Amino acid sequence: MSNHSSEANSHGSVGSYVTGFVLSVILTAIPFWMVMTHAFDNETTYISIVALAIVQIFVHLKYFLHLNFSENGKLDTYSFLFALMIIVMVVALSVWIIYASNAMMM
Amino acid sequence: MSILGKLSLESIPYHEPILVVTFSVVVALVLAIAFLVIRYNKLGVLWNDWLTSVDHKRLGVMYIVLALVMLIRGFSDAIMMRLQLALATNGDPGYLPPHHYDQIFTAHGTIMIIFMAMPFMIGLMNIVLPLQIGARDVAFPFLNNLSFWLTAGGAILINISLFVGEFAKTGWVAYPPLAGLKFSPDVGVDYYIWALQISGIGTTLTAVNFLATVFKMRAPGMKLMDMPIFTWTCTWANILIAASFPILTAVLAMLTLDRYLDFHFFTISGGGNPMMYINLFWAWGHPEVYILVLPAFGVFSEVLSTFTGKRLFGHKSMIYASGAIAVLGFIVWLHHFFTMGSSANVNAFFGMATMVIAVPTGLKLFNWIFTIYRGRLRITVPVLWSLGFMVTFTIGGMTGVLLAVPGADYVLHNSLFLIAHFHNTIIGGAVFGYLAGFAYWFPKAMGFHLNVKLGKAAFWCWLIGFFLAFMPLYVLGFLGMTRRLNHTNNPEWNIWLYIALVGAFVILAGIVFQLLQLYVSFRDRAQNLDTTGDPWNGHTLEWSTASPPQYYNFAETPVVSDIDAFTDMKEKGEAYVRKDSYAPIHMPKNTSSGIAIAGCITVMGFALIWHIWWLAALGLFGAFVSLIVRVYTTDVDYYVQPDEVARIENEHLDNVAKG
Amino acid sequence: MSTTHMNTHSAHDEHHDHEPAPYNVFGFWLYLMTDCLLFASVFATYAVLFMNTAGGVSGKDIFELDFVLVETAALLISSITYGFALLCAHNKNKGGTLAWLLVTFAMGVVFISMEIYEFHHLIVAGHGPQTSAFLTAFFTLVGTHGLHVTAGLIWMFIMMVEVAKTGLGGRTITRLSCLSLFWHFLDVIWICVFTVVYLMGKV
Repeated sequence: MSNHSSEANSHGSVGSYVTGFVLSVILTAIPFWMVMTHAFDNETTYISIVALAIVQIFVHLKYFLHLNFSENGKLDTYSFLFALMIIVMVVALSVWIIYASNAMMM
Repeated sequence: MSILGKLSLESIPYHEPILVVTFSVVVALVLAIAFLVIRYNKLGVLWNDWLTSVDHKRLGVMYIVLALVMLIRGFSDAIMMRLQLALATNGDPGYLPPHHYDQIFTAHGTIMIIFMAMPFMIGLMNIVLPLQIGARDVAFPFLNNLSFWLTAGGAILINISLFVGEFAKTGWVAYPPLAGLKFSPDVGVDYYIWALQISGIGTTLTAVNFLATVFKMRAPGMKLMDMPIFTWTCTWANILIAASFPILTAVLAMLTLDRYLDFHFFTISGGGNPMMYINLFWAWGHPEVYILVLPAFGVFSEVLSTFTGKRLFGHKSMIYASGAIAVLGFIVWLHHFFTMGSSANVNAFFGMATMVIAVPTGLKLFNWIFTIYRGRLRITVPVLWSLGFMVTFTIGGMTGVLLAVPGADYVLHNSLFLIAHFHNTIIGGAVFGYLAGFAYWFPKAMGFHLNVKLGKAAFWCWLIGFFLAFMPLYVLGFLGMTRRLNHTNNPEWNIWLYIALVGAFVILAGIVFQLLQLYVSFRDRAQNLDTTGDPWNGHTLEWSTASPPQYYNFAETPVVSDIDAFTDMKEKGEAYVRKDSYAPIHMPKNTSSGIAIAGCITVMGFALIWHIWWLAALGLFGAFVSLIVRVYTTDVDYYVQPDEVARIENEHLDNVAKG
Repeated sequence: MSTTHMNTHSAHDEHHDHEPAPYNVFGFWLYLMTDCLLFASVFATYAVLFMNTAGGVSGKDIFELDFVLVETAALLISSITYGFALLCAHNKNKGGTLAWLLVTFAMGVVFISMEIYEFHHLIVAGHGPQTSAFLTAFFTLVGTHGLHVTAGLIWMFIMMVEVAKTGLGGRTITRLSCLSLFWHFLDVIWICVFTVVYLMGKV
């Protein structure tokens, strides 16, 4: 079946796993270092750790979970993107709703 | 604590005459069915061909049987409530004391949504969807069987609550703090939690299963946008299930932790926030209503297109409109609790998002009207349901837009106006759709026609009964009557309560006609056989099979080149072609693993409700072992041999030729 | 974990008898998407409740970042070792697969043991989940992830037995691929956990 050849590509290689691992180590180390040493002001730290986490998530998705836009892989990617959209809506709106109602009770 | 946890003889409500009578009736019915099964020696058939079946068509039929049984249960609750409210006027306490009445309205809501509407919709989807896309079965047939039994397990738990212990007295939403341990120390809420949790997991697995099916198993040539509209609306519903049921799982788990382990998610003490329950509940609950109604929209589209003999007007726009409804359905949930008092901006955002949903829904209505326009509409029973829907649902939609205005909602929330509105959309939208689908696909699933006269009688009783039962509730809402009242003392309301009771009895007549229809049609089935498999001159692939379809669905996977695939085949003369030889067909074997796993989980649920910890552990362990046994069973499939396929196919083609 | 195993029979590919259907992995991926939503709900709840300490401790008082860093390292290492196990499996290298699975399993056990230690430590110190809404949400969020890792470990154990006994057939590889998705998915969740809970709690 045609899937077999493409599936062979989608499970990565030693090189791609090592790349992903090194990137993740760096992207984990920086935020921990930022918070543990208090090297920056709080706002910078918040923004940086969130940004780094998002980058790291995408590193994992690419190198470990092998999401891609190939003919066979794109359905997985689209379903993830759809789930991501719903997650953003549910979490962001929930937080907005509850924080706004908390503010009304102040 | 005893070995049976909280369970004792006191938990059996043998001093409640209503329950004792109900219990006797249920026992009598079960015994009668058992007697008939044994008398006609059908026990083997029941077990081997139905209960352990992994065939999507049989599972679909079982889902619908479950739905009909639960419809009767839920409707009994409804008529008891209407009767109570018609009797308990002018200060009279009526015949149902509050603690009983509260359980009834909770059970009514939970059962009708989770155990009537959902199984009905999933049942239709099971029967039709794989056939429509030209597949042999769903992607994971065993999982499909397991999902059914998990749903059934939840239904069994909720019915046990009738005779062992009690059900929740919280309303079907079970808001804390009322549903918390402090105000509901009894087992009622626990029944609610585990019944929903177990069936909800089954539903989630169903969605995963059917999504994998439509994305990976379509017949060659069928592009995504060429899938039949019912398949598409079910797909959107499945996407919504996959995205929203986990939220229900999570929020119920949190309520469980609050109740069982003294956590502080939703308690007032300890800094919990009950509003978060309401928020998450409706983040599931609102998509849920679209899960119910979208497949019904699909049914109407199929029915109107088939019976006008035209292609559906705006097939693509219908798909996009369903998608828009599905996605928008995820940003409107706050309209269920405008009055919790979030900021004006929040209420305005959700109010506007809600009104926007009317646009794609309205678009659909115009598509249906344009489908009928200049067609030759055959007034059959499914068409009657569809026309009834178009009128009824439009009214429900308009009152919905009214409720979407936060200011108006502050006046109308929690009143009978709201009750009228959502019954108007769920009955007029979803239930009418399922009943249309029931009448439409019945010959396909069972191989014989339903009695038309009784079907029409049922429709008219439902329609008239609906208007009699629910239009007065709009009025009562305006007159200030709130929901969940046990008795009233306002002479102005009485007449409307009486009319509503009459309406409920007219609906009862509708249900009786439907049961009668099933009986009469079954009795006279020899004269009403559907021999061709295509009784309505259908457009889509399910009509290319025999009625009931061959258990392998298609002898050869059809190749599709049009939206109305079967019409296209008939026009090109490719339908009903006799083949010289067939390839062997790979099929899954039936299995009792689904029953074993779901049975153990149900036992676990029951044990957790009653705090019988050892039994809960045993149930979980049993489920795990059954799963492992299933996973390492290798004898799970077989081949249908070519001569067997040829025999079945030739028999079908001979029948077609005769018809 | 149940979804993966169910299907060894598909309607469509009658020409590939006992080969696992290519959509098993896709089906499992869809299940993982539903799991994402489950975690999203728990995260949203944590975001809403984390300030409600009811006069008790807050994240600043109880989180120890060097401890969390070690946990994170264990999980990260287990990710790459699982990757190597899967590569070995695709190359039909049974010994390599088992060895890497064992390393992965050990790393997972390290992670779970540390988490149990942390929970136990907190409960003994009087900061159990019953103390405040913050601790309720904290224990539930981190515990849900921990339960998933535990389920992953059980599954991995079963897979090691399967590989040892039956070798690396098509069905086994499919199952290993699904477990791979599960395992790496839990890593992604952990990134969110350490960022949102531990790091942001300590800023």
